[in-house]
Amino acid sequence: MNTSPVVPDAEHETVPIATNDDVVRARQLVRTLAQRCKLSLVDQTKLVTAASELARNTLVYGGGGVMRAGLVRRDGRAGVTAVFEDSGPGIPDVEQALTDGWTSGGGLGLGLSGARRLVDDFVLDTEPGSGTQVAVTKWAR
Amino acid sequence: MSERVPVLKIGDVLLVSIQVELEDQVVLELQDDLASRIVESGATGVIIDITAVEIVDSFVGRMLATTASISRLLDAQTVVVGMRPAVAITLVELGLSLGGVRTALTLEKGLEILARRGNAGPAGR
Repeated sequence: MNTSPVVPDAEHETVPIATNDDVVRARQLVRTLAQRCKLSLVDQTKLVTAASELARNTLVYGGGGVMRAGLVRRDGRAGVTAVFEDSGPGIPDVEQALTDGWTSGGGLGLGLSGARRLVDDFVLDTEPGSGTQVAVTKWAR
Repeated sequence: MSERVPVLKIGDVLLVSIQVELEDQVVLELQDDLASRIVESGATGVIIDITAVEIVDSFVGRMLATTASISRLLDAQTVVVGMRPAVAITLVELGLSLGGVRTALTLEKGLEILARRGNAGPAGR
């Protein structure tokens, strides 16, 4: 685990996530950032797919929220970070929520666990009753 | 409001080429549209062209799998064509291998698969 500080490169952009359209917009912003960061095509695809899963979770399970995303640096290495935040019901059992196939809604149960596999850094912060924050980062190789 | 994805008919085949950024509602409408069009037209094959699709997340992946199952029940075979390599890699890592979905690299190969099925007659399934 790299403990060097993650430094934001520039002001991060915020996208509200309240409709299906917003999920598309969140995806587009992450794609633009991934291209700007010069991630490989496969890494771009993985990060945008993870962002799509997490944005949908924010909308469907969190009742809506925001995504903040931008370029970051750590030890001179460039990356893209996206943070999804809602003030929904939170996740009572994080271990369970990160298990493949487990879902509290009508999904496939791959959103959280799948998104975690697609990124380099994954930080989940949640408290029942006060919301969920998921931060993901993909680093340029 | 997003537009619906057009469903074209060529002979016994329904062709859907996804050229827009997929919003969840559009995905669900497409699934319903395809089911009705199969029954209306008596099509025996469905081709979903995802050449232009940059990401397939679990929602779209599930639509592809569900559409394949629905068409099978309605006596039509579905072939998904044109998946990008990065999309395939991402889908597997995501945990979706789309086991029940027939794929082909190109539209041409997809049409060949459906033609073979048509020529093979009822025992050919």
